[in-house]
Parts: sequence; C-alpha cells; structure tokens
Amino acid sequence: MSLFAQLASLTVQAGNGAHHSDAQHAAQHAAQHAAQQAVNWSEHLPALQIALPLLAAPLCVLLRRARLAWGLAMLVSAGALAISLTLLGRVLALGEGGAISYHLGGWQPPWGIEYRIDALNAFVLVIVTGISTVVMAATPRSLESELPRERHYLYYAAYLLCMTGLAGITITGDAFNIFVFLEISSLSAYALISMGRTRRAVTSAYQYLVMGTIGGTFLLLGIGLLYMVTGTLNIADLSERLALVGANRTVLVALACIVAGVSIKLALFPLHVWLPNAYTYAPAVVTAFLAATATKVAYYVLVRFVFSVFGTPLAFDELHLDALLLPLAILAMFGASLVAIYQADVKRMLAWSSVAQIGYMVLGLALANESGLTGGLVHLFNHALMKSGLFLVMACFALRLGSTRLEDLAGVGHRMPLTFGAFVLGGLSLIGVPMTAGFVSKWYLVRGALEAGMWPLAAAILLSSLLAVAYIWRVVEVAWFREPATGDLRRAPLSILVPAWILLLGTLYFGLHTSFTVGTASAAARLLLGGTP
Amino acid sequence: MIRHVILRIVAKTLIPCILLFAFYVQFHGDFGPGGGFQAGVIFAAGIILFALMFGLPAARRVCSPRALEILISLGVLLYGGVGLASIFKGGNFLDYSVLAHDAVHGQHIGIFLVELGVGLTVTAVMIKLFFLFAGRKHIL
Amino acid sequence: MIEPGLYNYWLCVILMMTGLYVVMAKGNLVKKVIGLNLFQVSVIMLYVTMGKVEGGTAPIVVEGAPDTIYSNPLPHVLMLTAIVVGVATTALALSFVVRIHEDYGTIEEGDIAAMEEGR
Repeated sequence: MSLFAQLASLTVQAGNGAHHSDAQHAAQHAAQHAAQQAVNWSEHLPALQIALPLLAAPLCVLLRRARLAWGLAMLVSAGALAISLTLLGRVLALGEGGAISYHLGGWQPPWGIEYRIDALNAFVLVIVTGISTVVMAATPRSLESELPRERHYLYYAAYLLCMTGLAGITITGDAFNIFVFLEISSLSAYALISMGRTRRAVTSAYQYLVMGTIGGTFLLLGIGLLYMVTGTLNIADLSERLALVGANRTVLVALACIVAGVSIKLALFPLHVWLPNAYTYAPAVVTAFLAATATKVAYYVLVRFVFSVFGTPLAFDELHLDALLLPLAILAMFGASLVAIYQADVKRMLAWSSVAQIGYMVLGLALANESGLTGGLVHLFNHALMKSGLFLVMACFALRLGSTRLEDLAGVGHRMPLTFGAFVLGGLSLIGVPMTAGFVSKWYLVRGALEAGMWPLAAAILLSSLLAVAYIWRVVEVAWFREPATGDLRRAPLSILVPAWILLLGTLYFGLHTSFTVGTASAAARLLLGGTP
Repeated sequence: MIRHVILRIVAKTLIPCILLFAFYVQFHGDFGPGGGFQAGVIFAAGIILFALMFGLPAARRVCSPRALEILISLGVLLYGGVGLASIFKGGNFLDYSVLAHDAVHGQHIGIFLVELGVGLTVTAVMIKLFFLFAGRKHIL
Repeated sequence: MIEPGLYNYWLCVILMMTGLYVVMAKGNLVKKVIGLNLFQVSVIMLYVTMGKVEGGTAPIVVEGAPDTIYSNPLPHVLMLTAIVVGVATTALALSFVVRIHEDYGTIEEGDIAAMEEGR
C-alpha cells in the first residue's frame, strides 16, 4: 500500500513542477546571469531544505535495502534539521520583521514561486525537521515488529515525502504551493498510517483520506476565490491586495472555506473524528511523527492565512472568527479531555488529548493578542516535543508488551521504570505543572486571556488542565499501584528509549529556559499582529 | 482476448500509434500544448491496452515491476537533478536560464529535461497502478 | 433568472453539493470515492471558469497579431496539478478499498462498523 502513496506523491510533485515551468512559460525572463562563478551553497539553503528530502525519497526506493534506506533518511533528516537551524539563526539575526526570500527558478515574486522564511515559519521548520530526525532514530527498531523488513524502504520513502510536504507547506510563500505540499504530505501520511499492524489501520487511513481530501479541496476552493478577487497567489502580495479590496462577499467566503478546510487538517473539535483512529492504529513511530508535525503545520497554515493574508481587521472585526473559534477551542479542551479519561487504550487516550491540546493552540489564535498568540505558538513547540516523546514511549510498550491497552500496563512502572519514568515526565508537561514546558505555554495563554479581559477563559484553561491530571493519573495508578503480571520484561531498546528521553528532557529544559521558545514565538506573534495593515 | 481476431489486430495496429503519439506529445510539449503528463498517460494507456489484450504476465515481461520502480525514481531524480544542476551553474534552484550559454536555450533544455522526468514518472506510475490493481487476487 | 455568464458557477455549486452529499450519505466506500471526485471536479471547474477571458482564445502566442486576447492560462495550469492530486487520491483511496475488501469481505461502511463492534 505504501507504494501507492509514494507513486501518488511523486506524481503530485511532478505536477507541482509542471505548474512551475508551464505557468510562467509565457512570461519574459529578464534576468541574465553572469558567467560561471563559485556556487555559494548557503544562499540556496531554502531550496535545499525541500530538495534534499524530496530527492532522497526516490533514492531510498533505488537503494532498497532497509538499512541503507534508513541511513540515507537519517542523514537527510539531520541535514534538514541543520539547514532549518541555520535559517532560523539567520532570520533572527535579521531582527524584527526580517525575512529571507528565495525565488525558485529565478522568477521574481509575485509571478514566480517564492520561498519566504520569517521568524514564524523558521520556528515551525525547526520543529518539523527536529522531530523528524529524532523519530527517525527510533524508527528501525520499532518498525521491525510492525512491517515486513522488505517493505521498509517504501516506508522511508513515504516518510521522507511526508516530511518534504510538511516542510514545504511551512517554507513556501505561495498559496497554491501550500495546497500542493499539503497534498504531498497528506497522501504520504495516509499511506504511512495504513501500514499499521491491524486491519483497522486501513479503515482509519481511508477515513482520514476522505476527510483530509475534503479539507484540502476546501482549502483549494478558498485559494481559488482569493485568486479570483486579487489575481495573485503570492502570500505577501495577497495580503496587500486584499487590504485594498476589503471585505466583499467573495473574500469572506474564501476565508470561511480556508478556515473550514484547514480545521479538518488541524482536527479542530467537531472536525476531529479522523484523528483518534488514525493515531491509534498507525505504526507507533508514524503516530509519534504525525502527532508532532502534521497538526502543527496545519495550525501554522491557519495562523498564516488568518493573520498574514487576511489580517486581523478582516478576520476578526468583519467575520468575527473569534466568535467561532473560541467556543470550539473550549469545547475541544473540555470535550476531548473528558473523552480521553474514558479510553481503554493509552495510545488512543493520548490521541484524544491531542485534540484537546489543539484546542489550546486555537484558543491562542482566537485571542488575537500578543500573549495569546505567543502562548499558542509556544504550545505548538512544546506539545510537539511532549506528544512525540509520549508516543515514542508508547512505541516501547507496544514493542515489549505487544499492546498499549491500559489493563496490560498493570505494574509496568516497576517492570520498565525508565520507560515509564519518561511517560510520567511527559504527563506532567501535558498537565502543565510548573517547571515543565506545558506550564510555560499555558501561562502565556492565561495571560492572553486576562489581557483580553476574559477571566472565565483563564479559569477554563486551569480547569481543563485538571482533566489532564485525571487521565494521566489513571495510567500512573495502573502502572505503579496494580500488581504486575508475572514474567520478566526486557528493558525497552535504547534506540527508542533514548530519543523518547531526549524529547521529554527537552520539555523539561524548555520549561526552565524559555528564552528560545518564547523569544522566537513572541517575535513571530509581533510580526503577525503588527505586520497587518 | 488474444483469440478475438478483430480485437487483436486492432490492438496491434493501435498500440504503436498510441506510443508514437505519446512521444509526439512529449517532445512537442516545448512548442505547443503537450508535455510530460499527457504523454506519460498516453504512453501508459498503450501499455495498459497491451496488458488487456495479451494478459498481465506478458505485460510484466515488457516492464517488470522493479524496472517501473526504478523509472519512477529516476524521473523524480532527473527533475530534481535539473534543479541542482542550475544551482551548480550559478542560478537559483530550477532556474533553467543558466543551463546553456544563453537564457533561451537554457530554458529550452531545462523544460525539455524536466518534462522528460515528469513523463518517465507518470508513465511508470500509471502502469504500476494498473499492475497493482489488476494483479490482486480478489478484486471487488 | 440565471444570468448566462454565471451558468458555470451554478453548475459548480450543484456538482459540489452533489459530491459532498454522496460522500456523507452513501455507506459504500467506492461511492464515497466517487463523491470525493465529484467534489474535486467542481473546484477544478471553478478554476477553469475563472480563467476564461471574454473573447479570449487559447493562450498560445499568435504570430503577427499583437492585440490578440488570450484566456488566463494560470488557472488551467494550477488545475493540471489539482487533477493529478485527484488521480493520486483516487488511486490511493481505491487501493485502501481493495484492501478493506480483502480484510473484511465487504465495502459497506455499516457492515464494517458492525464487524468491529461485534468483536
């Protein structure tokens, strides 16, 4: 099945290429280049960020051997992380509002496709590539029990394509390009999910595919309507022209379509039904990767469209997006947390908790003030770390116990103390205990709520955190205070345990040293709120 | 199907035409409507017609599954390779103008190679899809 | 009265709603895929419609006629990509359906749900 998505995604990418080459075929190409000169590779980092994983995917297919394919994927993933860290450093060095712009094919924006990196997407890029690298390190050991070894190379190809898509959505400054990359990442994600052990994996992947495609098509519809009004697809250009057009009905319908479409991808509360199944039945490492990146990138797209393209006046004053998103966010926080408490499977419980955490992020967006948005963006980072770490812990359990059901975890705290210790650390962060990363993001959200003069909202954030205590405690109780099953358990393999600990110690680190996350996120938030006309 | 004389003769005359037309669409894509996509699909249609007529095993001998996999990868690599080559030549990613001594020729070469990559991948993907679906034991 | 110039847009809306209805209302997994395709096709039609310029011809340069009006080629090119995305999605969805059929022996959503409940 993996093959299908891979083929599919390759085709899509080819399509993207044609869009690029044909679209401007008629246009005049003015720039004449100077004669041969030494290539300055660091100038081309934005293109390499996408091109390297994209080209590594077919190479994985050619290599075919599981080990080799993994080695290449690991190398490329780490390389992509290095590139994104460099880009982030460079963007931050540019100071407030600085951005790196890269013109694909040498075509000037707004005609050509532009890769535009500012504080916001450099931040998201680091998350995507970073999580991808750490999860990739844990992959071979965990995948062995879930997929026949001769099909591993296809897994790595699909994984790299998914990462390409997610990074592409983030880096691009072209609205239609977002759609193309979204579909690349989604198609490969469907295939990755369908590789799960049980037959439910395929039905979940199908369900996700149907919903995801509707979401993607709505996004396409919205972008089409915007193009109709403004005649441009470049995001920076779009925002300028939209400000001149103002709020006519087409623009509002476009905003509605985009918000609806992205909300499906984001799994915002009433549109989340695909998420618990997909996360539960996917291979453990796939869940760890997707939970930390796919919904986060969708959140980024929502933020980008609402603030950068439409701008606060249009989105909030004209269309009252907050009146829609605030209640949904609160429903997600409470509803999903409540459902999480009653889950019999811990992996499924964490999936529901993801829906709740997405609620917090959307809450930050809906507040539309600096603290709130900072909180949302910091939570994006922190939640990626902790969920990815927690799902890697689940990978350990799945490998050693053969199950992640709550009753099978009885006494596991004594039998696998290191692994379960990681779970507790992640759980504390999920609750938002002070000194952990979860606390930082909730602190900013509460501050944002208070600044907006909505103190009941601040109370809601605290109350819903109590629900997180409930579902985490259930697991802790079973794992520590129930009689363990007899029989010896081997320690979880280090190749999964170490990445899990790295991520979860990361939540501890970023709980104490907030300058990186909060600094970048608040710079991004100021950019988003101040950059709008 | 091989026993039906009319079908067999018609297919035998049609398949070369279809394949030839695919090449026309592929290589004429630089000057007029056409290009890798359309050509790839048309070419694949020729092979699929062959498979329908003479059976899957015969078609598999023409293009083995592994060969298709390699073709798919090569198409993408060719596409990306052009992008990297243009960086080597001092331009931006996928800037075809720098590929030759002047911009017009560069654009020409670039588009030609990229479309070739697209055509390879699309052809192989389409045939592979057909093989995979047709090769399942119990189809709906 | 429907204005003739907006005829295509009305068709888009009808197609789109038909597609969405089929996706939501039909229990057969293949029919859902068909609905999904209808939905995508409606958006493709919207784009192609907006690319039309009144009196415009196909966007291939006509030599010696500098004031020829051309249709906007960009939406068509974008839709080439969207069509490919649609094909890929359909292929992937159908492959899932084939596997679901192999695993469950049915492609009715209700039957599958009942089998999962009954376990």
